[in-house]
Amino acid sequence: MSFQIDNLRLRARIIRALRSFFESRGFLEVETPQRIPANAPEEHIEPIRSADMYLHTSPEICMKRLLCRGHDKIFQICRCWRSGERGSRHLPEFTMLEWYRANSDYADLMRDCEELFRYVSETLIDSITISYNTTSIPCDEIFTRISVRDAFREWSDVSMEDAVRDGSFDEIMVTRIEPALEQTKPVLLVDYPIEMAALARPKPEDASVAERFELYAGGLELANGFSELNDPAEQRSRFQEANRKRVDNGYPELPIPEPFLEELANMPPSAGIALGVDRLVMLFAGATRIDDVIAFTPESL
Amino acid sequence: MYSVADLKKGLKITLDGAPYLVIGFDFVKPGKGQALYRTKMRNMINGTILDRTYRSGESFEQASLDERQMEYLYKEGTHYTFMDQQTYEQVVMEEDAMGDAKNYLLENCKVDVLIYGEKAIGVTLPNFVNLRVTQTDPWAKGDTSGNDSKPATLETGYTLRVPPFIEEGELVTIDTRNGEYSTRVKG
Repeated sequence: MSFQIDNLRLRARIIRALRSFFESRGFLEVETPQRIPANAPEEHIEPIRSADMYLHTSPEICMKRLLCRGHDKIFQICRCWRSGERGSRHLPEFTMLEWYRANSDYADLMRDCEELFRYVSETLIDSITISYNTTSIPCDEIFTRISVRDAFREWSDVSMEDAVRDGSFDEIMVTRIEPALEQTKPVLLVDYPIEMAALARPKPEDASVAERFELYAGGLELANGFSELNDPAEQRSRFQEANRKRVDNGYPELPIPEPFLEELANMPPSAGIALGVDRLVMLFAGATRIDDVIAFTPESL
Repeated sequence: MYSVADLKKGLKITLDGAPYLVIGFDFVKPGKGQALYRTKMRNMINGTILDRTYRSGESFEQASLDERQMEYLYKEGTHYTFMDQQTYEQVVMEEDAMGDAKNYLLENCKVDVLIYGEKAIGVTLPNFVNLRVTQTDPWAKGDTSGNDSKPATLETGYTLRVPPFIEEGELVTIDTRNGEYSTRVKG
């Protein structure tokens, strides 16, 4: 029990540190509605209904609309909901940190991640090294950047392209690549196959991949960021494609966020990222289960 | 049929024709990817551990396991024969499948036998059984060697360590979960 109280204290301090990090860098903290008529339809994310609307699965739709209206550096810490997600690192209701930068791309977000880690670890533990799962994780260095294609070359028997084609991409990620990332300093896995990045911009020099990255530390997947797609026609066709795959897999078609698509043409080249706050607390607390860093599990209610 | 949503520790499923017990389970989902269910399973016949990852939508055959109270009749070579007391049906179990249970089984004793299909794959013993000591050295009075236990052989042939005061012919209680001496049965 005292263990949980310690973790809740740590959690509060981490959230304070996150706020002061973004405020000191000129980001505006925003709040956007958590009940919305439509999320971005995703093949593998199930929203939860709330009367005639949905609980948001991420604040991305509303936050990008703020970019369209001229805000250039914004962040939000809020609750998000995803139906059916429950495991040692998943909760159906969890806390997300998202931040967005106008006139930027994903390289700026990767630097934000490095600075954020350094700031939080120095503020919290007066140290630049975190211990997690018997691994020491230095937070003061440039994170390792590995392309997804190279990670498949290194740790998988099949290439990234073949894995996408035969549907084994996610399985290889979970069983081969993520475990290989456990023993190292924080890793930025960059340039995901375009099929795996519904809202990200294609990389100009290689359209087979998107400017999307994931941040891993201690084997924990912490954040997902990308250069935002701001072509409304392309975005609409990707939403429709996601819906087609959902229907093929027996999931209901989801509504398309029309006002977002209408405003998207006004969005400057931007980049945005979502970081799981519960997982960040797990990392600093040395917890292997998400249950250990929250006040109540859904099962205990 | 079970679906992946039914997966949890303790579930018994059939895989490639063998019964497996789910001993570890986690829901995982790589960023924006599909939900995957990582499971660790133990083959209930040979004990092999297996790691498998399932996707949502996959389904499993329930392992048709039956536990019946039976009487242990006799051993022949490496075969142990049990009989269902209601139906008088007899089943034969291989020594490998018996595990440690063979250390505690006496003819005519009643145990729960786990049946998979037509095959007996395990026995469940009570946590404590009473067995007679058939051989142990006498306690040398005044022994100051400091030994607080000595070897003893039971009527099943099982050898273990008992306190020095236990004598041949006495009945002792054994904890079948760890195979250790528990107490002396007075009487």
